[in-house]
Parts: sequence; structure tokens; C-alpha cells
Amino acid sequence: MKLEVRDLVQRFGTTTVLDGLGLLTGEVRALVLVGPSGGGKSTLLRILAGLDVPVAGSVAFDGETLPRDETALRAYRRTVGTVFQSYNLFPHLSALENLLLPLIHVHGLSMPEARARVREPLERFQLMAHAHKRPAELSGGQKQRIAILRALVVKPKRLFLDEPTSALDPEMTAEVLEMIGELKTLGTQFVLVTHEMGCARRVADELAFVGDGRVLAHGSPADIIDRCSVPRVRSFFARILP
Amino acid sequence: MPRWLAHILVVALVAAGIGLALVRAEYVWNWALVWEYRQRFLQGFGVTIVLSLAALVVSTLVGIVAALLLGSKHALLEAMGRVYVEVIRGTPLLVQLLLGFYVVANAVGLENRYVVGVLVLSLFSGAYMAEIFRGGLAAIPRTQRDSARAIGLTPWQSHRLVILPQAVRIVLPAVAGQFVSLVKDSSLLSVIAVSEFTLAAQEVNSFTYSTLESYLPLAAGYLLLTLPLSALSRLLERRFQYET
Repeated sequence: MKLEVRDLVQRFGTTTVLDGLGLLTGEVRALVLVGPSGGGKSTLLRILAGLDVPVAGSVAFDGETLPRDETALRAYRRTVGTVFQSYNLFPHLSALENLLLPLIHVHGLSMPEARARVREPLERFQLMAHAHKRPAELSGGQKQRIAILRALVVKPKRLFLDEPTSALDPEMTAEVLEMIGELKTLGTQFVLVTHEMGCARRVADELAFVGDGRVLAHGSPADIIDRCSVPRVRSFFARILP
Repeated sequence: MPRWLAHILVVALVAAGIGLALVRAEYVWNWALVWEYRQRFLQGFGVTIVLSLAALVVSTLVGIVAALLLGSKHALLEAMGRVYVEVIRGTPLLVQLLLGFYVVANAVGLENRYVVGVLVLSLFSGAYMAEIFRGGLAAIPRTQRDSARAIGLTPWQSHRLVILPQAVRIVLPAVAGQFVSLVKDSSLLSVIAVSEFTLAAQEVNSFTYSTLESYLPLAAGYLLLTLPLSALSRLLERRFQYET
């Protein structure tokens, strides 16, 4: 995918969260967004995922500009997948029913078709044994992996992952990061917002540092994390890296 | 101590207390005379069941509509819902029944007191239902709506497949509790001469001057209707206890 974001502005009430944000990537499979909390990463991701409409500016993936009206945006959302920090799964449905719901009700598969579609991914990610459990019976890591799988089984053009490990303990974080690493190996395209710099370094083709509502730095992971000349970015990594 | 034994023990203690009070009051019982009016009791009991069931259905519908008004983004619709709920919940059912029957129903030419009774009772109970439903919808986290949108559901699908199934589980215990209140509140329909259970007891009392023999069966009759509803409410509460 090739992403072009131009002059993006987003406001909530009187607070300006994105302040003329711009970002032009090369041809990438995995784009990772990092930066301080409240800097605008998640707001940017919600716009990229077609969940929110910016006040001004434009977003284009591979030359196709995202629409602004809800019906067209819904059609767009059906071609991509989004995973939030937590509470992705519908608690009244089992893990399996969570996976089947979009396939049947959004993508028009029959029940047997949908079941056939989810079998292989459930096995590959070792989640078959948990398929009939309700979300309340799953661990945090299992919930997030099922949520990623739900986004994946509809065969989206790309995934949007909004801090998928921020609500997890270290062990579960490792289990979800491992799955994200595997996605990369499988060739799935995704945009990931994360605070896990180790993961960012491993999977990112390009890394964008979002702060104060703008992209303050953008390049290869090593360029940004190890040798960035922008003071704001440098001080950020100096504080969080050992 | 097992729970059922504890229940029996408490009921026995309360019964003993009431029995003792009755002995001290030196009340002279005359069950034989009241027994002759058993048909009147049964008929009133039947009317109470039918009225309650009707009001139960209508008040649920009223509650849904009012909850939608309360949740509306349109200021006028929201105001209509809010005024309805506050006025109804802030005034006695007795006043609503008298005004509803002698003023409103009279003005529009509605003469059937049973129909008026069910309507007023439903409007009364519907205001409480509306708040229960609104609370149930508000209890569903925003991320659930986000997730529903993210997988591409339409707003209608999102309500049907995601929001409502969860909201129903949340509100069921409270709704069952509201139904208990509704059954008891139907006793007030006696003031507009609807021939229900309470009016039956009042009539038998005035014929026989046997107050307790008329009203104790009344209490037992209401318990017969409300205890199963309470049990159902607790059962539902346990069954749908899953956290997110």
C-alpha cells in the first residue's frame, strides 16, 4: 500500500487533535505509528480506518481517496479490518460466532461457507480449542487474537491495529505481538499504532512519529528510533528506551 | 444453614409475630361468611391477571417508544420524552387514574373503564420502563458500537445483532421487577370501579364486615402473582451474568 495524507485537521469541540498532518509513504506492507499519548496517533488511525471523518484534509490509499459520506465509508470499512485496544468482541456471542457474524451478515456467506472459511485460521493460530467460549471465558491475549482473526477472515485489503496490546500483561502482549509478526510474514498489509518499540522495529517497513497533531518524523525504524535529528523525537526515545 | 431452611424460618417467625398480634387484638374470625363470596374473589383475581398482562405488554411498548424519545438527538423529541417520564414518575398513580378516567377519557368519549384502566396503568409503568431501557442502552460500551461499525454493519444491523441482544440481557431483571410493581399497582384501578381483585375484597368487606378475612386472601393472591415474577427476575439475573 501507498498512503498519502494531506493537511489533515481533526477537532473535538475546541481541542485540535490533528493540526495539518501530512504523510507520504513509499510502497509499504507495514506502517507503524508511534509517539506520545494524546499526540493524535489513534485519531489518525480512526480516520484511516474510515470510522471518523476529518474536519479538513484528505487521505488516499494507493491513489484512492477516502470518501466523506457515511454510506460510502461503510462500503470502505467492509474492505478493511480494524482492531481496537479492548472490548472488540461481542460479549453475548462465542468466539466462533464473533468470527462468523461479519462473514454472514456483511459479506453474504452461507453458514457452511463461513464455517469453512474460519477453520483454517483458527487452527493456524491455535485458537480452535477456544472457539466455543464466550469472550468472558477467554484471556486478554486470546480475546485480542480472536479480534484480529475476525478482522482477518473477511480477507481485507489491510488491517488497522490501534494499540492492540496496551491493555495486556507482558505475557499476553508477547502472544499478540507474535501473531502480528506472523501477519507480516504472511504478507498481510497493516497500519499499527503501538508503544512496543521492539515490535515496531521488527515489523515496520516505515515508521511515523506522530506528536502534537503532526508527523514529526518519518522513515525506516532505525532512522527514527536510533538516529533522528528532531529534538522532540529524540527526547521521546531517550525517555522510553533503556 | 441451607437457604431454603432460612427462608422457612424467617417466614415462620413473621407469621408467628402476626399471629400473636391477632391473638392480642382478640379478633373474632368469621371465615364461613367470606367463603360464600369466593366466586367474587376468583372473578376479581382473574380480572387482575388479564389487566396486568395487558398492561405488561402495552407498557413495554410505551417504554420502548419513550426510551427512543429520551435518546433522540432531536431536542423537541427528547423534551417530549423527558417531560413525560418526569411528570408521570413525579405524580401519584391515583391522581393519574382519576384525571385519566373522569377528565381525559370522558373528553374523548372513551367509556370502557377497563380500557382506560389498562391505558393509564401502561402509561404509568411505561415511564419507569423507559428509564430502565434507556439505562440498558447507555450501559453498552462505546467500543461495541465502534466494533460493529468497523466490521461494516449498517446502523440497523448493529442494533439488531449487537446492541439490543446485550441491552435485553442487561434490563431483564429490572423489567421483571417493574412487572411486580405493575401487578400491585393494578389494585388502584379499584378507584375507577374496575372490578378487579382489590375491589372484590373491598366489596366482600362491606357486605360481611369481616375485614381481615377479606384482605388477607387479597395479600395472598398478590403474592401468588408477584413471587414467581421475583423468582424469574433472580433467575434471569444469574443466567445473564457474564462480564465483558
